[in-house]
Amino acid sequence: MSIEIIAYILGGLTIGSALMVILSPHPVRSILYLVVTFFLISANYVLMNAQFLAIVNIIVYAGAIMVLFLFVLMMLNLSKENEPKGSIPMKAAAVIAGGSLLTVLVAALRKGTVQETTSIADDQGLVKSLGHELFTTYVIPFEVSSVLFIAAIVGAVLLAKREKQIIE
Amino acid sequence: MESGLFIEKLILVLVLFAVSLGIAMYSTYLERKVAAWFQDRVGPDRAGPWGLLQPLADGGKMFFKEDFIPFHSDKWLFIIAPGIAMFVSLVTGAVIPWGPELVLESGHTIALQVANVNIGILFIMGFVSIGVYGIMIGGWASNNKYSLFGAIRASSQMISYELAMGVSVITIVMMSGSMGINDIVTSQHGFWDNGWFTWYAFKQPIAFLIFFICALAECNRAPFDLAECESELIGGYHTEYGSMKLGFFLFAEYTNMFISSAVIAALFFGGYNFPGMDHFSGWALTLIGTGVFFAKIVFFIFVFMWIRWTLPRFRYDQLMHLGWKKLIPLALINMLITAVIIAISEGWFSK
Repeated sequence: MSIEIIAYILGGLTIGSALMVILSPHPVRSILYLVVTFFLISANYVLMNAQFLAIVNIIVYAGAIMVLFLFVLMMLNLSKENEPKGSIPMKAAAVIAGGSLLTVLVAALRKGTVQETTSIADDQGLVKSLGHELFTTYVIPFEVSSVLFIAAIVGAVLLAKREKQIIE
Repeated sequence: MESGLFIEKLILVLVLFAVSLGIAMYSTYLERKVAAWFQDRVGPDRAGPWGLLQPLADGGKMFFKEDFIPFHSDKWLFIIAPGIAMFVSLVTGAVIPWGPELVLESGHTIALQVANVNIGILFIMGFVSIGVYGIMIGGWASNNKYSLFGAIRASSQMISYELAMGVSVITIVMMSGSMGINDIVTSQHGFWDNGWFTWYAFKQPIAFLIFFICALAECNRAPFDLAECESELIGGYHTEYGSMKLGFFLFAEYTNMFISSAVIAALFFGGYNFPGMDHFSGWALTLIGTGVFFAKIVFFIFVFMWIRWTLPRFRYDQLMHLGWKKLIPLALINMLITAVIIAISEGWFSK
């Protein structure tokens, strides 16, 4: 069992579960398929020796964001019966928008070639080398993104505060 | 050599699986005995000597009950939820070092750890955060409002306490300089060094306290058992469950308790390290080290039970208040102070 076969099987499973996200009729099941997709993407990361990225992907996406999605969906109690039906112009607009995205993607990837990656260091993608890169080469983007997070947190706190004042 | 390693790991996995289930099984017995002791009763004493066969009797009863699936439930998710709960609670044992490396006379070493990954503690945190899915899916698929309430309570509680838990773990990672649990345990070698204890519970008492409280909350143990608090929600997220599916949920809770005790013992109480361990080597070191580690685990399981039968349950807003407004700021301040002290002692300010 070579690593290529494993990569192909994993890739197929990932695409399959990603398709199930949009094909499954029930929103809660869609979310669960999305969680499975995140796990499979993490498995792909592990194949590329990016352990840290793999586990952070699981913690952040599968463990936190998807739980919130599931939370909201369970509260809404959506089902096939009370699913909002879009009007015909809406559906046409959705088809056009999706089609143009597909066109752009195909146009962008048309001339792309698969490149063999050669000579990856053993510790590439592990915590130590990743942290070193983040805090030396990419320190400014890293810090700027953390400022972005603080802005988001402050915004969330502000919204929560304002609502409380109305209640009082 | 490759196949030898494979067989070695396979045996280790099987032993770990059996030991986890065995300890979880006898935790139920211990819980009832401890409860009886605290309430001045006798506890189970009918099945076998001192009631030692009681867990087997309970398991048998669970298996022979009717396996009922409610009519309006989401059948597939209803079945899969206890499986997720059980899987998640068992899988985290893979990264915990259960004893010192066994060095044979031939020079061959056997690590008593299934996977020595360099992200060990993140692996545990990741699967702890996945653990909420079993409860959420189970509670939602039952199609019962009490189950849904239990599931929502459990998941918001687990999300809230994960944050403080993660921050308190970061201080330990900063102290030891590694995320691998084996490295964290070896950095607490022995018991006494440079005029102070080597175990992180004595170096980082606040982090230990926060981690311990969060572990209680993550396991949904009293006083944080709002997910299944029987006086308000009948049975919480597993109200509709019966037979061995319910058994899986209850079993997963006890397995979680075992694994959390193991993580607490490994991170804060030196894992398999014990005073005077330098005088031993080979088989003796491995056997005593593993024994010491399991003694620490059993002690923490007992502490979990001690707390359950001592403290009353929190009110829900108190729980959220404690998690968000007390533990997270405390953990952050503790992390900041630790970082500054490490920076000073490494001489980063004097450069």
